[in-house]
Amino acid sequence: MYRSLAAAVQDAEARGVPLSTVALEAEAKDQGRPISEIRDALKRALAVMREAVERGLVGDLMSTSGLVGGDAARLRTGPAGPLYGTPFRDVLARALAVQEVNAAMGVIVAAPTAGGAGVLPAVLTGLAAARGIDDERLIDALATAGLIGAVVADRASLSGAEGGCQAETGAAAGMAAGAAVEMLGGTPRQVSHATALAQQGTLGLVCDPLGGLVELPCVFRNATGAAIALAAIEMAMAGIEFAIPADEVIDTMGEIGESMDVRYRETAGGGLAATPTGRRLAKERLYELKRAGG
Amino acid sequence: MVSLLDIIGPVMVGPSSSHTAGACRLGLLARCLVGGTPERALIELHGSFARTGEGHGTDKAIVGGLMGFRPDDERLRTALEIMDREGLDYRFEKTSLGDEAHPNTVRITLERGDRKAQMLGASLGAGRILVTEIDGYPVEVSGSSDTIVLVAEDVKGSVARIAGLLADAGLNIATLRLTRKERGGDAFMVIEVDERPGEEVRDAIRTLGWVKWAFRLDKVSA
Repeated sequence: MYRSLAAAVQDAEARGVPLSTVALEAEAKDQGRPISEIRDALKRALAVMREAVERGLVGDLMSTSGLVGGDAARLRTGPAGPLYGTPFRDVLARALAVQEVNAAMGVIVAAPTAGGAGVLPAVLTGLAAARGIDDERLIDALATAGLIGAVVADRASLSGAEGGCQAETGAAAGMAAGAAVEMLGGTPRQVSHATALAQQGTLGLVCDPLGGLVELPCVFRNATGAAIALAAIEMAMAGIEFAIPADEVIDTMGEIGESMDVRYRETAGGGLAATPTGRRLAKERLYELKRAGG
Repeated sequence: MVSLLDIIGPVMVGPSSSHTAGACRLGLLARCLVGGTPERALIELHGSFARTGEGHGTDKAIVGGLMGFRPDDERLRTALEIMDREGLDYRFEKTSLGDEAHPNTVRITLERGDRKAQMLGASLGAGRILVTEIDGYPVEVSGSSDTIVLVAEDVKGSVARIAGLLADAGLNIATLRLTRKERGGDAFMVIEVDERPGEEVRDAIRTLGWVKWAFRLDKVSA
């Protein structure tokens, strides 16, 4: 697989093909498998993503701790805000939906991780629904998202414990932004700028889950991550180019992650987890869990 | 090498790739050591597994894995109830395995019939795992290939005999590691193969007089 987005863009431009084509070819070569098998696996992932979105939007799920649940449905049917009825609001609802399913031990696709699993399905299925885009192009978009994620994994990290939430929800936003730009007809160059624009918007994002659980603020950060992806898509499709190349933004994310205090890397020792309310909620909920478990 | 399908995957039951999917895969690997669902198990959780495992369903995921459920099986959610119903005797303890141990480590001690085994393994993130010890022998098993593990007396030509046996069965060796606790002591072999070996391969290995035990560890990840 590619270790740099610039190299992938160069190959795609030279051949006049989308990034998904070079991504699928590289994967097929690495794994010694036909492209059709990889597309089948991505097709299955897409089906699971859709099921998670639909399941979460029903609104009857609660997480084990009882801290999160029901908010995806609130966004879908709740009182109208300024963005009511727009694809933007629909995408936010879908991101919450997948994360609520995740927190309730439902089936999701870790993409790139379970903690950041809401962004990609929300942005891709939400925009595909709004624009009537077919599944083949959605599957291509997933391949492009995988390529971007692989570059992030290689150059930086996809783990909150290593790099903070910028490495999970942030990476998911970069993947979703780039993938959606390809899906909407953007060029490989625009894909790469969308990734850079999304990832720059999440630099420094700490991982501070209450009690260490993938619930608060993780669930809501998937919605805000999706919003950042949408902003990046809008800018890149308008022809805006970010001055720092995507690979260098990704390298920066890795470097920031490494120098982040351990309190801000999934330990529940800092950030929102260390607020008086965060500590109290974590203590109450973990205590209740223990009691319920015998 | 990072794979597209590692990034867009695994398909799994939430909420955490390391605490749930990885934990389930550790359970799946452990059950291979006793050749099926263990009747008794002691599950010792270390570090973050011990601290936040309960909220992440780590206990359910490991128990589900021990019963043969895969990371995307929705029965994981009710694995503890299923365990009780099946009359399985599984016990959890929190432990400290020292600063050297990965923050998400579990030690699983199993019994099934007359078979007993112990395994130490860690969940590395994004569902990836590493088994670092089997019955006190240091190993590195990732579960990303079908693997044969065996303990043999330290006799000359043992590697050649095993390799020949695998070649006869049409199996291609991807990696082979040999470790010993001391010179002349038991030798421990971990052999990753490209295709899933049949039970008859394991049985053939077991009939070699100097092999003390041999197991097939299934591939548990993409």
